[in-house]
Amino acid sequence: MTFPRLQRRILLYMAVVAIVLWVLVPLVLIALAAFTPRSELYRWPKRIIPSTFSSATMSFFLHSYGVVSSLCNSVVVALLTLGMTLVVGAPAGYAVARYVFRGREAFRLGILMTRMFPTSLLAIPLIVTFIRWGLYDTLIGVAFVHTAMALPFAVLITSGIFSGVPKELEEAAMTLGCSRLGAFVRVALPLALPGLAAAAMFTFVISWNEVFAASILTVRNRTLPAQVLASLEAAPLDFRFAGAFFMIIPALIFMALARRYLFQMWGGAIAER
Amino acid sequence: MNRTQVTRWLVSEKALPYWLIFPTLAYVAAFFLVPLARTLLLAFRTDDGQWTMRFFVRMVEDVRFFDAFKFTLILVAIVVPLQLVTALSIALLVNTRFRGSRSFLYICAIPLGISDLAAGLIWFSLFTEHGYINSFLYTLGLIDKPIYFLSMQNLGWVVGSIVLAEHWRATAIVLVILVAGLQMISRDYLEAAEVFGARPWQKLWHVTLPLLKPSLQSALIIRTILALQTFAVAVALGGRLVPVLAGEAYYWYYLYRNANVASAYALLLMVISLLLAWGYLRFLRPREVRS
Repeated sequence: MTFPRLQRRILLYMAVVAIVLWVLVPLVLIALAAFTPRSELYRWPKRIIPSTFSSATMSFFLHSYGVVSSLCNSVVVALLTLGMTLVVGAPAGYAVARYVFRGREAFRLGILMTRMFPTSLLAIPLIVTFIRWGLYDTLIGVAFVHTAMALPFAVLITSGIFSGVPKELEEAAMTLGCSRLGAFVRVALPLALPGLAAAAMFTFVISWNEVFAASILTVRNRTLPAQVLASLEAAPLDFRFAGAFFMIIPALIFMALARRYLFQMWGGAIAER
Repeated sequence: MNRTQVTRWLVSEKALPYWLIFPTLAYVAAFFLVPLARTLLLAFRTDDGQWTMRFFVRMVEDVRFFDAFKFTLILVAIVVPLQLVTALSIALLVNTRFRGSRSFLYICAIPLGISDLAAGLIWFSLFTEHGYINSFLYTLGLIDKPIYFLSMQNLGWVVGSIVLAEHWRATAIVLVILVAGLQMISRDYLEAAEVFGARPWQKLWHVTLPLLKPSLQSALIIRTILALQTFAVAVALGGRLVPVLAGEAYYWYYLYRNANVASAYALLLMVISLLLAWGYLRFLRPREVRS
């Protein structure tokens, strides 16, 4: 191309601004809607920026039937998922990062193959099993399924994180008298901690966002997305807008906190098929 | 090996990785393979143990089946290529490493954390009758009464809004994969091409894209499988106006308490996913490098 430099720069930044607007405008609009007074939500034409800001819409959502308890349920399920996923998945991630063993590639491939499973295929047959085991309509039951969904990510992500901790440091600790476990706990773990925290946040978000399995496997003990989905048909506009805004807040905060690890984890983990 | 040898191996450093992957293997077996087997049983066997095709017949004969099948494939066919092109353009833009490209990338990745249900509701706030789009068009003087985008009479718009919402929400995952892929391409190849006088689009077409093929393939497979499962976005925007396969699986259990037909839907989704993934692997195989 023979555009002069300046012209190319202008074109580049115009494209960048357009894409940024495309991503951010819907987020700004839903935030505005969540703080628009209820009466203005139904007015025609609706003002894009409301005449006054009001917390009435948000408080209507939070006081709607089942919202507070489902919010607590969501937090509990997400924390259970986070705990189980890291306890089960992080050791496997460490093994893949540190050891060359027979079946390692087969293991990695098997983990990736689990992505072929539709959520419906995991959740629907578990209804029958969970009813039999007394896990139907329980938070731990939902957390079991969310763990299954988050586990493949967790293994790949933690293996990426542990690969970033030099093996030599652990070996040095061992020559200085640490046991195998001691070297891991005192050297590798502290260095991997920020990455593991980021992995934990993503696991939390996966569980917090999941709606299909949570809706199918609960009746009364719903998580927040399941509660919102169940009340959707009869829900007024303010419930929908405030609900949407409320659901995206934790996700946005975690994404901002963990952004440094975003590409290292998701990109690397997924691209190395 | 006798028993002491086995015991010794089990506590040796060699066995350690196997101990470490064991919990994951056990969990995956319990929560992927067992449900798969149970889904097969639910879909092909009645409660009293008779093998049957009855549930598939009920699925296919349902009034919504054909529409759900059609709309699911339409959504995949529109959304996935669109996302691939957008994500590739953004990734190439980022790869020029302009000032601020890092922040730009983070902003583009924000929707990665947003759920399908929330994304559906966000776009509902834009498309609903007194929503932002209608109000905006009115302010510009283009319309004098609201357009009912999300209604039975405007099915095209309902599909369009689902496409936009999906595109907005899920392009980030493709972007992340492609950015990671681009970073793995050594600059040497591009410099070599420059030495031989390649123009920018020639570098893109003959160097970057072929080297990016594995990443493109991963992105395509993952996005296609996820797009086949489109559910909450469609429900949030159109209720059941635009039925989709995953949605029907949900409703068959949620409304009718029929786990058998729901399982049939789940199996159908799995088969389509496998077929498409196999197709991508078969027809997009990276060209072998001849030395």
